[in-house]
Amino acid sequence: MALARIDLPQQARRGELVEVRIVIQHPMETGFRRAPQGERVPRNAIHSLVCRYSGTEVFRATLSTGIAANPFLRFFLRATQSGDLVFWWLDDDEVQGSAKARLSVT
Amino acid sequence: MKRRDFIGSLAALAATPHVGTTDPLIWSFTKGMPVLPGRVKLELPALAENGYSVAMTVTVDSPMTPSEHVRAVHLIAEKNPVRDMAVFYLGAHCPRAEVSSRLRLNGSQQVVAIAELSDGSFWSGAAFVEVREAACTDGG
Repeated sequence: MALARIDLPQQARRGELVEVRIVIQHPMETGFRRAPQGERVPRNAIHSLVCRYSGTEVFRATLSTGIAANPFLRFFLRATQSGDLVFWWLDDDEVQGSAKARLSVT
Repeated sequence: MKRRDFIGSLAALAATPHVGTTDPLIWSFTKGMPVLPGRVKLELPALAENGYSVAMTVTVDSPMTPSEHVRAVHLIAEKNPVRDMAVFYLGAHCPRAEVSSRLRLNGSQQVVAIAELSDGSFWSGAAFVEVREAACTDGG
């Protein structure tokens, strides 16, 4: 169910600064909200996220309910070689998600 | 201690307004190290219509070289039920110490970003956001 959109330039020159943006479709449920019937909606937020670029970790984040629903992240990396940018994350329900984008380096 | 030194030490205390180092949450990663104000720029809107999604950018003044870089940036809310909002782990491989995200805020409050540098020092930056409609509390 987890859907994500990664936004990064399709091509970059070697050594160039690349801006990476990702939006993940996730409710980031706080655990304080009540459903219409009055019962508490249990907390479910993405708590860990890792980004690997050609197999090497380039970014890692620990998130909590203080991050808005459908979490958005933006960071920078240095283009070194053509490769896949692989995001992986885990939420409180132990549901994993991942997304992939290709970066071609010329 | 001379009176002049004492007054000088008071001025040094007044220059660290962002966080208390004895706060258990701060202590959990600083281990009692001082958190100095400066080098961290936290950009948040001064006024947010609601607290569900507030754009945030944190920038740390660091050359990001193997000898001098930012290890992590901790984001702490003053008034959220869960105060540790996020930790971003950077490193020498990151070319620029800048991270953006969107926050959920439970009312008007000060948000503090604390950067942990490779030399073991901690620096902080803060921003006050006025939130018209809080997230979390009433059904949201």
